[in-house]
Amino acid sequence: MASNKKYWKSEAELNPNDSIVETLRQNEFSEEIPVDEFLGDKENLSASTTNRRDFLKYVGFSTAAATVAACEGPVHKSIPYVVQPDTIVPGVANYYATTIADGFDFASILVKTREGRPIKIENNTDAKVNGSANARVQASVLTLYDSKRVQGPMANGEPIEWKVLDATVRAKLGSLKGSNRQIALLTQTYASPSTEKLIAEFKAEFGDNVNHVTYDAISEDAALNAFNAAYGERALVDYDFEKADVIVSFGADFLGDWQGGGYDGGYAKGRVPKNGKMSKHIHLESNMSLSGANADKRYPMTAAQQKIALAKLYGKLNGTNVGGGTSDVDEAVDKIAAEIRKAGSKAVVVTGLNDVNAQTVVLAINKLLSSEAFDTENPKYVRQGDVAKVNKLVSDMNSGRVGALIIDGVNPVYSLPNAEDFVAGLEKVDVSVSFAFNNDETAQSVGYVAAASHYLESWGDAQLKKGQYSLMQPAIRELFDTRQFQSALLTWMGSDKTYYEYIKENWDTAILQGSDWNQALQDGVFVASASAEVAEEPVAAPVEAEEEQWEIAPIASSIRALVGATSQGTELVLYSKVGMGDGRQANNPWLQEFPDPISRASWDNYVTVSKADAEKLGLKNHNVANGGLNGSYVKLTVDGTVLENVPVIIQPGQANGTVGLSFGYGKQAGMQEELATGVNAYTLYKNFSDVQSVSIEKTAGEHEFACVQLHNTLMGRGDIIKETTLEIFNTKDHHEWNHMPQVTLNHQEIPVTSPDADLWEEFDRSIGHHFNLSIDLNACTGCGACVIACHAENNVPVVGKQEVRKSRDMHWLRIDRYYSSEDTFEQDDEKKESMDGLWGDNGSLGGFGEMEDPSVNPQVAFQPVMCQHCNHAPCETVCPVAATSHGRQGQNQMAYNRCVGTRYCANNCPYKVRRFNWFLYADNDEFDFNMNNDLGKMVINPDVNVRSRGVMEKCSMCIQMTQKTILDAKREGRVIKDGEFQTACSAACSSGAMVFGDINDKESKVAELKEDDRMYHLLEHVGTKPNVFYHVKVRNTNEA
Amino acid sequence: MKKVLYRHLFSKVLGLSLLFFSVSIFAQEEAAEASGGDAAKGKQLFNQNCAACHSLDRKMTGPALANVEARLLEDEGLDKEWLYTWIKNSPGMIKSGDSYANKIYAEYNQAAMTAFPTLSNQDIDDILAYTAAPPKTAVKGPEGPETPLTPSEPGISNELILGALALVFGLLVIMLLLVNKTLRRIAEANGVVLEKEKAEKRIPIWKAFAQNQFLVLVTAIFLLLASGYFAYGWMMQVGVDQGYAPVQPIHYSHKIHAGDNKIECKYCHSSARVSKHSGIPSLNVCMNCHKSIYEYKGNPEGPSAEDLANGYTNEFYTGEIRKLYKAVGWDEENQQYTGETQPVEWVRVHNLPDFAYFNHSQHVSVAGIECQTCHGPVEEMEIMEQFAPLTMGWCINCHRETNVKMEGNEYYEAIHAELSKKYEVEELTAAMMGGLECGKCHY
Repeated sequence: MASNKKYWKSEAELNPNDSIVETLRQNEFSEEIPVDEFLGDKENLSASTTNRRDFLKYVGFSTAAATVAACEGPVHKSIPYVVQPDTIVPGVANYYATTIADGFDFASILVKTREGRPIKIENNTDAKVNGSANARVQASVLTLYDSKRVQGPMANGEPIEWKVLDATVRAKLGSLKGSNRQIALLTQTYASPSTEKLIAEFKAEFGDNVNHVTYDAISEDAALNAFNAAYGERALVDYDFEKADVIVSFGADFLGDWQGGGYDGGYAKGRVPKNGKMSKHIHLESNMSLSGANADKRYPMTAAQQKIALAKLYGKLNGTNVGGGTSDVDEAVDKIAAEIRKAGSKAVVVTGLNDVNAQTVVLAINKLLSSEAFDTENPKYVRQGDVAKVNKLVSDMNSGRVGALIIDGVNPVYSLPNAEDFVAGLEKVDVSVSFAFNNDETAQSVGYVAAASHYLESWGDAQLKKGQYSLMQPAIRELFDTRQFQSALLTWMGSDKTYYEYIKENWDTAILQGSDWNQALQDGVFVASASAEVAEEPVAAPVEAEEEQWEIAPIASSIRALVGATSQGTELVLYSKVGMGDGRQANNPWLQEFPDPISRASWDNYVTVSKADAEKLGLKNHNVANGGLNGSYVKLTVDGTVLENVPVIIQPGQANGTVGLSFGYGKQAGMQEELATGVNAYTLYKNFSDVQSVSIEKTAGEHEFACVQLHNTLMGRGDIIKETTLEIFNTKDHHEWNHMPQVTLNHQEIPVTSPDADLWEEFDRSIGHHFNLSIDLNACTGCGACVIACHAENNVPVVGKQEVRKSRDMHWLRIDRYYSSEDTFEQDDEKKESMDGLWGDNGSLGGFGEMEDPSVNPQVAFQPVMCQHCNHAPCETVCPVAATSHGRQGQNQMAYNRCVGTRYCANNCPYKVRRFNWFLYADNDEFDFNMNNDLGKMVINPDVNVRSRGVMEKCSMCIQMTQKTILDAKREGRVIKDGEFQTACSAACSSGAMVFGDINDKESKVAELKEDDRMYHLLEHVGTKPNVFYHVKVRNTNEA
Repeated sequence: MKKVLYRHLFSKVLGLSLLFFSVSIFAQEEAAEASGGDAAKGKQLFNQNCAACHSLDRKMTGPALANVEARLLEDEGLDKEWLYTWIKNSPGMIKSGDSYANKIYAEYNQAAMTAFPTLSNQDIDDILAYTAAPPKTAVKGPEGPETPLTPSEPGISNELILGALALVFGLLVIMLLLVNKTLRRIAEANGVVLEKEKAEKRIPIWKAFAQNQFLVLVTAIFLLLASGYFAYGWMMQVGVDQGYAPVQPIHYSHKIHAGDNKIECKYCHSSARVSKHSGIPSLNVCMNCHKSIYEYKGNPEGPSAEDLANGYTNEFYTGEIRKLYKAVGWDEENQQYTGETQPVEWVRVHNLPDFAYFNHSQHVSVAGIECQTCHGPVEEMEIMEQFAPLTMGWCINCHRETNVKMEGNEYYEAIHAELSKKYEVEELTAAMMGGLECGKCHY
């Protein structure tokens, strides 16, 4: 079939008289191929000794040579130390206790090092406060090996020597000494007694014109000011949620980053039903946060509504009328007030509203209740940023009153809402130095860049909470020519002390009270007795003394202000993600690939919009053919500032009239191109208020998300996440709320776990160890620390946004998040059960379609899923090469070198936990993440294989860790105690949701948990007999 | 036993001589000084007490001691009494402010000499006698050059015998040919016709073979199987480096260290006890001994005869020790580290693939397996080589056959009781313990 269609290449072709067209038609190549030049040169040709036959010979020979050479093993060099440090034994890990205090994350941790390289972060279980590493802290070890680090000091982008920088700064400081121009230090929150003392000495050295400004990118200013007004110290209340029976949160994401985080451990303890009791968590918020998702009762409200509700609640509890008339929050307030009254001092109220009035009222309520969970005696110091002083500094800079500016641990040019003013001000500062980790926005704007050390290369200390001290020690020598801020200050002050000596001296005199320094250093934490706290007071005092007295209105006016709250137009609520925080670790591929626990999207930030608002604005989310999620773009305008092309995710549970956007993305400078994702929400963070009035406009185009979970509802499959209410749990038999699936044998119902219902013969696992992992869905908050811990322990590769979008993410451990389609999961189940036939009102055709849509304010459930290590594993039976097999200890083992990549196992796995290596992810320029450069490879765990292309991989139940525990016991000739066996995820779990151990040890915790009434297996009816089990989620829906 | 006897004898001799001397102790004092001690005894005492820091002809941690007595007397005017006091309590002397003592102390990096209060004056005399005139090893000297001849003699005789045999064999062949020729001549002379044509009438054997289809089939099958067998055998050794003995940057002889000098393997490979790696010893471990062992003095009569016969001379070995000094940055002259180090790039002999996890401590500490079980007779290896094939089949076989050492290890108690009941055996193999599971070595 000949076609008469004429194809034309360019417009010019349409004109038949165009000479160019004719020329082009004649010449196939636009430039002449120099064939003649080569073939025409007869002399050259004949002189060449290589003819065609020779060529073939060479080809043949080199092929044969390559084949033969492939049979020979390569020569491996082995280079031992010249002088081996006596603490290092090759192949044996060392652990050091240290502290992360990077200004956003504060935690006492352990660092695992191998051959001197830090490779993993573990929790420091000795620490009483913030002893657990969240996802970001877990990932911080990779940030140490960031290939984009600043590797030495720079001036105007050119590398210089430290001594040049020292000389410049010292000269400037000397000339400013005693003048009226400021020496400004703009720093992160340190919470460090030694740094505070050092800065005080710095002030003493250079005079009163030294101005220390503490700046938190995400401000807790209101809470600090409210506390300061009430208790005379700029600090934060500490809450112990374990002691609370009723927790009421007004927009406080305390399982996330609210006031420095670290509350999930205590919260989770109170959430596990014990003796028929568990805490009740009521949450009022705009965005769907991690805390809101865990709440028993969640009220989506705008910030203004939350304020009104808070004021009314105070009135109810205090018995006064606060006015405000009737509003749509009254019903909620009545219920909350009733709950609180019932709980009395066992109730606690918290708020994340960045509003001094709200914070003051919350302090008043907790005081009124004399809440047991409320600790003002020993407050926390993990946020100290002072907005007023930051603003003052920017205006001082612009008016030329600042002579020298030294910046450490913050990136104001990126994170200040008025960054342009700051940059303009910088020009009027004579000498500006930024201690920068990456060549970030600030580093590019200042005169001098002082290459900063990572916290794993630094000395330091922290007082996270009054009397709770923590030490930071280096786990590796500086990788590059870097220096920490404190050492530089000492140098510039002309001291010949190292910062280590300085801290030690300070601790010996002011903190340790005669305790042993080495012991404190080994433990990483030190708890001061009461007398020391008094002695310590003066250290914190200077900060407080120079504080401008904040005008705190008395409660009555606070209440009045709250009741009168209104929102103008749509509220934009800015928040931080558990994966990215304030964005200081944005160049960390683990964190970029970490799926947000709520939206399950990675590699992005986005505007979260409620379904109703999305319909109003015509915003859409839909899945395209390859499964990827696409979303509309919008333009956000706040007070004249515009953010273009912000992708939209329709978020169930988002309060109508509000939209959410997370901080931490949109960083461009000092970033690897692949990792420079998202938009910068700080530009909209006007006046450091996380609630802004915004106008939204739909723009053209569609954004491609990398979202790892495309189906959001459970579809009434109540056996995946089993749930019940506290009432039923307490009153009914566990067969009712934790039903064992039945099968029919000889017309009789028998439980699916019965040996009669089994095709296979049971293997006797009662001898030796039999590992089980218990996951308590009540304690799991979905925080994702386990995901990153697994990443680090098992060398899980990062695959990049495009691959994640194709569902080729490699996470061995995922945390599924489900929304209910009706108001509760229970109603979902009922709806499914009541379906009748295909058509009609109760028909399954329409019904299931409806159930795919999450509710406007859904219940949320999290479920960590990794390989379930089935004793009757479907994957094992189908492997054609027996690459996956079962061990006596219950682990489903995967021999990578045996796998031929048929992927049959993954198809046969009912839990979908197997991951296929579609590509070689290490040493491949197409996947230019940490495994593609020598620096990033230093984080690789030497005990675990780096898998190659074409093999299947999955959770191994950290067999390298259990084997090590066993070997240690064998070598020491002892029995293994309960708690020694750990997996990366169970060790990382700060909430105690994951418990790992040997169920053949009848005394063990995991054996006890397995006998618990709440225990169930995922997809029990399949009969796979997994070695991972879950505990039924119990919701406290009891009404007061 | 021998040593004890000897010491006993030694003390007797000492006692006797003391008795002898005590008679005329005052009168003979000067004479005793002149007569000196017993150089043979002195040598032993020197090796026991002094050799770690002193050499006769060479500066080490302390000064060279050849003719020390005479030297001190001549250069410094110090008598033997000074030496007695110095040796018995040198730190005391330094403190007392003796000028030469302090000079020496300063010269040798302020490393005070160990005090030897247990040495008697006679012992010191003996040592001094040795330093003055070491008993000549020259007694054995003349034998030295002869020794290489001894092993070469059987070599020559063997060749001779072989040559003679070859000659005899050649003669026999010639004789046979001659006999044959003669016989033929006789036959011809007698008119006997040799039947040659008969053979030509027969069908050639290859044709007969080709016509016999059965034979062809059988042979073809046989050849196929045989070639398959050899091809399989050849292919299975691809990647197996048994016998791999690479040339190392420093010729380190395990034979001399572990064999001749009987140094325990784990003295140097200490991490084998606690780690997955046996570890190549860091150079500071070498220097524990080689700080004082600066040259190789192979005794041609003793165990080093074999090395010398193989062409490894004392100078060669001493040269290798120099390489170590260079790598570790040891300045022999001044007996101190220069700080200029050059890590040694050893060629790894045993290469397990990355996907196989092997833990030395499991085998060495827990199972108590001798290093030689897998590494072969290392104490006989002049050049280290890979002894075992290190294939999975080799691992598995051992795990099947080897009983796990469980006695006295509390960890195994319960498991042993239960498992031995289950398998109805007394001893459990590693395989029964789950040592054949894939995931135990591959993760």
